Amino acid sequence: MLDLFFTFFRIGILTFGGGYAMIPIMEREVITTHGWLTQAQFLDIVAIAEMTPGPISINAATFIGYQVAGIGGAALATFGVVAPSLIIMIIFAHYLAKLKNSRYGIALEGITVGVVALIAAAVFTLFQPAISSWTEGAIALVALGLALFTKINPIWIILSGGIAGMLLL
Amino acid sequence: MNLLWQIFLSFFKVGAFTIGGGYAMLPIMQKDLVDRLGWIDEQEFMETIAVTQSAPGAIAVNTAIFVGKRMAGLAGALAGCLGVTLPSFMIILTIAVFFQNILQWQPALSFFAGVRPAVVALIASVAWKMGSKLVSGPFYIALFVVALMAIVLLPAMHPVWVILGSGLLTLAWSAWLRREVE
Repeated sequence: MLDLFFTFFRIGILTFGGGYAMIPIMEREVITTHGWLTQAQFLDIVAIAEMTPGPISINAATFIGYQVAGIGGAALATFGVVAPSLIIMIIFAHYLAKLKNSRYGIALEGITVGVVALIAAAVFTLFQPAISSWTEGAIALVALGLALFTKINPIWIILSGGIAGMLLL
Repeated sequence: MNLLWQIFLSFFKVGAFTIGGGYAMLPIMQKDLVDRLGWIDEQEFMETIAVTQSAPGAIAVNTAIFVGKRMAGLAGALAGCLGVTLPSFMIILTIAVFFQNILQWQPALSFFAGVRPAVVALIASVAWKMGSKLVSGPFYIALFVVALMAIVLLPAMHPVWVILGSGLLTLAWSAWLRREVE
């Protein structure tokens, strides 16, 4: 059981840069090192993690923890994968405040621009797998219009997209 | 309403509706944290994303901890972390216990096929809203174009290099400007 915690703690530390970076590392730990799952089971979990809400790492940790040791295992694995974030973010929060008030604070303005570029680039990357038919294009267009020109909460736009998908796709 | 409870609830929403990767959380956070609660402004929002993306771990979890810490110290960090994690935990447990064969269930697949284009559009709207507010003046516009080209041309590059690179270029630019004045 403790092994679950430490394995996912390690996965939590090693995954720099979002969910997909985590998959090969998790694959190695869970299949090769511990033999907790087969390759096919692992692929199923990744697919389920992708289609359910929430970060892939949390979804995968909960699922694998449950498979290995029931609900307690799920809780331990999930706690393991978020624990590094807790520690690191609390340290980072301290230093960001320092940087902001120093003479290098101007760098943050440029960093902000870099992040906007990252988000814009993500739209291009996500476009192709998400939008491959006219119907999907229409859903995206309506969603974009609603997001830019109304104050509707994005949660409703996401849910409406899903309902449109059930009716049309 | 109690601040800790509000932090928990805000990030619970983020956790429940982040479908399709880390950036999917951006529109929900922007609506809640920037527009509705006013806890952070656009500049601080993007700074936060820069920090949470430069560290290991899921961006949504990092952001929940970071914003929670900022609003209410250590207890806030825990409230944010718990809020963002709990929806996934409950949903995945339900699936693991009751329907492991959800991958064959067509209505769920169609639902997510419709969610995906909506999420891409929402992310585009965040890029537009943030960009029109924060990317102004010739230097920052040029920086934006350079960063975007670098990301598109080098898709394997880690985001942290974009973040560090744009910070360093801005420092160099401001140092050069200061020398011109003197």
